[in-house]
Order: sequence, then structure tokens, then C-alpha cells
Amino acid sequence: MSHVLIVAEHFKGAVRKATLHAIGAGRELAKRTGGKLHLAVLGKGVGPIAEELSAWGADVHVADAPALEFPLAEAHAPVLAEIAKKAGAAFVGAAATAIGKDVLPRAAARMGAGMSTETLGFGGEGANVTFRRPMWAGNVLAEVEIATPVKFFTVRATEFAAAAKEGKGNVVPFEAKVDAAALRTKHVSFEEVKSERPELTEARFVVAGGRGTKGDFKPVEALADELGAAVGATRAAVDAGWVPNDLQVGQTGKVVAPELYVAAGISGAIQHLAGMKGSKVIVAVNKDPEAPIFQIADYGLVGDLLKVLPELGAKVKAGK
Amino acid sequence: MPLKILVTAKRVEDPESKIKVKPDGSGIVTDGVNYKMNPFDEIAVEEALRLRERHGGEVVVASIGGDRSTTEIRAALAMGADRGILVKHEGALDPVVVSALLAKVFEQEKPDLVVLGKQSIDDDQNQAGQYLAEKLGLAQATFASKTESLESESEQKKDPGLVLGGDGKSLKVVREVDGGVETLEVALPAVVTTDLRLNKPRFASLPGIMKAKKKEVKELAAASLGVDLAPKVVVKKLQEPPARKGGVKVADVEELWKKLHEEAKVL
Repeated sequence: MSHVLIVAEHFKGAVRKATLHAIGAGRELAKRTGGKLHLAVLGKGVGPIAEELSAWGADVHVADAPALEFPLAEAHAPVLAEIAKKAGAAFVGAAATAIGKDVLPRAAARMGAGMSTETLGFGGEGANVTFRRPMWAGNVLAEVEIATPVKFFTVRATEFAAAAKEGKGNVVPFEAKVDAAALRTKHVSFEEVKSERPELTEARFVVAGGRGTKGDFKPVEALADELGAAVGATRAAVDAGWVPNDLQVGQTGKVVAPELYVAAGISGAIQHLAGMKGSKVIVAVNKDPEAPIFQIADYGLVGDLLKVLPELGAKVKAGK
Repeated sequence: MPLKILVTAKRVEDPESKIKVKPDGSGIVTDGVNYKMNPFDEIAVEEALRLRERHGGEVVVASIGGDRSTTEIRAALAMGADRGILVKHEGALDPVVVSALLAKVFEQEKPDLVVLGKQSIDDDQNQAGQYLAEKLGLAQATFASKTESLESESEQKKDPGLVLGGDGKSLKVVREVDGGVETLEVALPAVVTTDLRLNKPRFASLPGIMKAKKKEVKELAAASLGVDLAPKVVVKKLQEPPARKGGVKVADVEELWKKLHEEAKVL
């Protein structure tokens, strides 16, 4: 019997969507191990969040302390490790967000545990559960075994369904002993980046441009706005300075898996394909009929993006 | 206030190479694959060089692997790092083993700062820096980034993105996180991992490459460092993701819309 602990993440007083997917993964894992699902939430003034989380039917361990206000790995990791011990958890997981990827490895190191990042699925049962995860930017899928008594993991949110509310768990306070003065890490500031468009890695639709835009991303952005999509770009477009670096999709950029990926003026370099191959439907628009992108696109249209994208945008508008 | 900085340079498959899995799933096909320094480590090396150019000090580059990893150490030396350390180890690596070995290098070198790529583009685990910080009891700042664009004047001037405090004992790190940008202040020594947007790494110059040949590269046998070298994260089997079958070409936007609307039902 191996219990599973899922660490909840919150932003501006609300549970993050990605956490619900992680709870979904946790439920599946608990079925495989025959253990119970536990949740943990750390922060300052997080009582209401713990209450909210209890509606997912698992016990919620809540560490509420001023020193935990910001998700500093140095402060959160030791508390998380203590909660994992208290809950008797053999598996500790979270969503593969910036916070999850920062805090969990540190807590894993503290518990002498191995870890699987960006887990896509599980295999096996009981103590022999294995983790399926991407390597080489998703060009390879690996089945991984973790040979430590406690096993840590993050999950890619898009691979697990969001868990529905079910039952009622207990809220279990955990008294965190954090000496704020002894911390070597200080939070200075947080600047929210507000964008009218959805976040690239969370968007349902992505419209991306490459060299074929010749530096003019307006048609790409216009279609994106019509679709409510995020804008992506190739390394070539980023290197040319046409768009900011954080729009780069690819092995060294962001890995996305939206329902629809529109690749406009993108030839299909391996580096780029690695970042978007997991999309459900891929549309390619390119003047060059020989462009490699057509080999992986579900629907290819040989043509000028300057003409095609606005036309498609008009169709979307008319179809709404 | 001069800084002694330890950086990493892992040997990985070139991101432009096509990765194929061996038929028995035991590994990847390495024939015809090019190797280079992990792109995130290149950013780490670049950042360390900028800090040294600003504040003085020394940049020491470490790599864990077989003799061939010397190539990646030399590449960092050609960019301008001062000396190298090869931790010789032929076996499989995982972040547990890597961080344990790097902790030993840290103890020997006692740097003020460790800068690593946030992940290596082969196993994509994104863990080694965090494990290292915990093992050493140091502050950690992962996913270091820069607010200014990589086309900005500050980038042209090769300003470091990591800002050393006036007393030389702390470092301000801007991090790219979900929904925004966070700034942390870490007490030195600290562990920093680099994200894409921190800087544009320089290319090695010809004189740089010549000089690199004469720079010191020390070898340490991993087995002599008193570290458990058995990986805890064991890859049992590899497979390629289901191949996408090439789709159809459509004649015009009208047909494309119909396909998306009626066949794929995505719009």
C-alpha cells in the first residue's frame, strides 16, 4: 500500500488549473498502488484554498506560514518532505509547472528520492509502477523505473484529465517550522505578465510563424486573435529578432500540444517539429510544396500565408 | 569583487540531429548523430563569462562523461572559460548521480556560484541544479532569464542578466515563471540554472579555439569520489512516439475550413 501525495499550486487565491490535472494523475496512480490519495497546499493564508481542495475527496495537508508566502524552493521543499513523511507517501507529485519543476526536485533530493519529470502516463502496479516520460524533446518516449523507496514526479497537465470534485476530505493542519531569517533565498518582486492571448503551453489553439513571414507577424497575430489562439514562432524567426524569444516553439523553446497548430511559413526543421509534433491537428501553410512540414501536417495548403491566413480568419469569423 | 564560477558543459546530441530508437528499445541510434554542448549549458557558460568580464574572477567548466566529453569542455574553454574538469564516468547518468558528483567538485573548488543549464536536451529532466542546491544547502534560483529582449542594447553590450549585489555577497536573479517574472535575491554561494532568454551565447573565435588547446583540463575519476554511481532513475525501455501519418493537401481555404470544421471537428 503506497500512498500518493499531490502538491497543489495556487495563484492569486485560486487553485491552478494544472493542479486539477495533477490530481487526476494522482487518482490514477493511487488506484495502481492501492494506496490513498493525499493533497498538500503550502503558503500564507491558504486556509480557504485547503477547504476548496477538500472537495476532491482527499485529505488536505495545509502548511500555512508567513515564510511560505512565496514558493521559494528552499523554504517549501523541507516542509513538503515532512508532509510526505507524515502522510506516509511513497509517491509525491505535482503539475510540471515552473513551481513544480523548481520545488519538487529539491524536496526529492531531501528525501533521497529519484524523480520523473513531465510524466505522460504510468505503467505497472503496486511498488512496480513505472513512469512514461518524454526524452529528446518528445522525440523519444521512455519507460522509467525509479529505484528509491520514495518516488517523485511531475505530470504534463495536458496528458491527464482534470479531476472532478468527489467526496469530502479532511483538512489537516501541518505546523511548518521555517526560520525565515535563515533562508538564503529572498523573494524581491513578482511582475505579472498580462497578455490578451492565452499562454503558449496552455492554449487550445496555436498559430505559429517562421521564416516565411519575412518578419511580418501581423497575419499570424490576426488569425490567432480570431481563434483566441496563442502565437508561436520558430527559432529562425526568434533569432531574426522578429518576435520575442518566449514565443519559440521547439526543442530548445517551448513544447506545445494544442488541439490545433497552424504552422505558417514554417519549413519544419527537426528542432521545431520536436516542440509541436504532439499537437492533435496540424495545419501547414507554405509556398514551398516540398517543405518537410507537409510530411507531418494533417492538412497542408500550398500557398502564400499573406493570402491564406486572412481568408482562414474570415472563415473562422463567419463560422462563429 | 571577483567571482569564482563553476559551470557545466554536458555532451548531448545536437538538437538538429534526428534521434532514432534502436529496434530493441535499449537506446538511441548514435551512428551519424552529431554531438555538442547542451544548449542550456552554453547559456550558462556565456553568463559566467559576462560576470567574469564585469567583476573579474575565474570560470571553471565541468563535464561528466567519457573522454569524448573533453570536446565540450574545450568548446567552453574556447568561448573563454579558464580551465576545465572532466569527471570521468562511462556509465549511465541520472540527476541523482550528476548532482552527487557535482557536489564533490563543488567541495574541491569552493566556487562563489554554480551556473548550470536548466535541463539537458537529452533526458530533459530539469533536476540536477535543484538536487545540487539541496545537497549543498545553498540557495537556488532556477530558470534565470532577462527582462530585456535579446535584441536590446544591453544584450548587444553583453551585460550579465545576473546582478551581483554591492557587497558582492548576493545575486539578483530574474526568473521566468508561469504568468510572470519573479525576481529573487540569493546569498552566495548559490546555484543558478539558466533558461533560454538569459542571453545569446557567443561563438568561439579562432584565437579562442587556439588558446583553449593550452588551457588546463583536470581529470577526476568518478569512482574515486566516494559517490554511489548507480542511477536511481532507470530507463527500462525507449520507443518512438507513434509516427504522424502525413495528411492530405487541400486545394484552398474553403476546403481547409471544411476539413477542420467537419472532419477534424476542431473548429
